[in-house]
Amino acid sequence: MKFKDYYEILGVSKDATEGEIKRAYRKLARKYHPDVSKESDAEARFKEVGEAYAVLKDPEKRVAYDQLGSGVHPGEDFTPPPDWGAGFEFSGGFGGDGAEQFSDFFESLFGGGGRRRSAGPGFHQGPGRDHHAKILISLEDSYQGATRTITLQVPTLTPDGHVQTRQRTLNVTIPKGIREGQVIRLAGQGAPGGAGQPAGDLYIEVAFQPHRLYRVDGRDIYLDLPITPWEAALGAKVKVPTLGGKVDLKIPRGAKSGQKLRLRGRGLPGKPAGDQYVVLEMVTPEPRTAEDEALFRKMAEQMPLNPRAVLEA
Amino acid sequence: MSTQLTVLAGVLLDENAELSLEDLCRACGVERMVLVEMVQEGLLEPVDVRLAPWRFQGDALRRARTALRLRRDLEVNFAGIAMILDLLDEIDDLETRLRRLEGRFE
Repeated sequence: MKFKDYYEILGVSKDATEGEIKRAYRKLARKYHPDVSKESDAEARFKEVGEAYAVLKDPEKRVAYDQLGSGVHPGEDFTPPPDWGAGFEFSGGFGGDGAEQFSDFFESLFGGGGRRRSAGPGFHQGPGRDHHAKILISLEDSYQGATRTITLQVPTLTPDGHVQTRQRTLNVTIPKGIREGQVIRLAGQGAPGGAGQPAGDLYIEVAFQPHRLYRVDGRDIYLDLPITPWEAALGAKVKVPTLGGKVDLKIPRGAKSGQKLRLRGRGLPGKPAGDQYVVLEMVTPEPRTAEDEALFRKMAEQMPLNPRAVLEA
Repeated sequence: MSTQLTVLAGVLLDENAELSLEDLCRACGVERMVLVEMVQEGLLEPVDVRLAPWRFQGDALRRARTALRLRRDLEVNFAGIAMILDLLDEIDDLETRLRRLEGRFE
């Protein structure tokens, strides 16, 4: 296990005041909050920052951590001493329902309080709690509909009252035409209820894997289509990939780079189905031989064009 | 460790699906008053605010849960969160438009 430097994570000095720690935390929490941040590692950073703050904002935990940390360097292998924790009583009270995801380092120091706390309500007497999960699917899954496997970590109670995590694998039908951010509700698949009480529901939020070719906007699909100058000038019929397979697309005579052509109904299915937009992107051939160059010069002579006329007014 | 294998077809919560206030409370793990406050702040909109009991479109769930996370983690009030969510939606729209246009200017 590696030692974590919570001060470094928050970017504060070892003698930072409570106020400084809070300000540093707030600033980083805003920056890395997974609902707001565009950083790719936002979720991991946010957790790390939350964990650091949970320790440093709590005077008991901070004193204990400081004693432990003297002489250890961040990233070094580290095992808490056997008498660790003697004389301290951690009153918990951190977290919310992110607390169950603190690191092993945290857990070995301050126990799995967060984990137990969050698992607890699953075993109460009333109806079972609803659970939430996320699933990453491909655009093709949404287009065709699919069955996808999702693995959940479910806390369960052992006969002697301890909490254990059990893996549960579900095969879930992905409805055709589902869009990014939409949620599938599976009734009765959440936490079990108390005696005679219904189980909670499971909500699965869908996200799309980035696609090699397409961009998505709601039900509409965007594809960049490279074309040659002669296809643009003279018009052409070209094969274009869509989620439903290749289709013929007519490029109009005199097409321009950046022009958007619509393939109606070729986006994600639905009522109404989305469209696929093909954005033309002209590729200029590079003259490689003297003949190639002559051809371009001939074109310049034959077809004089001033595309900058509009700038000269 | 046991493994349970089932094939399940759920209900898609799109704009045609509706959730009751109770559904939403349970799915968010909060009391009614919290959601009532969200409605009062204009953060959540029932299908018809004058029609009791309130019903919500399926996408309200995601909005409500995001709001609750922001409140818990950043201690922003619902009025502030309503503004954050509106701005995030606007950023999303702009980024989508930007990605669409990028190809033209590369």
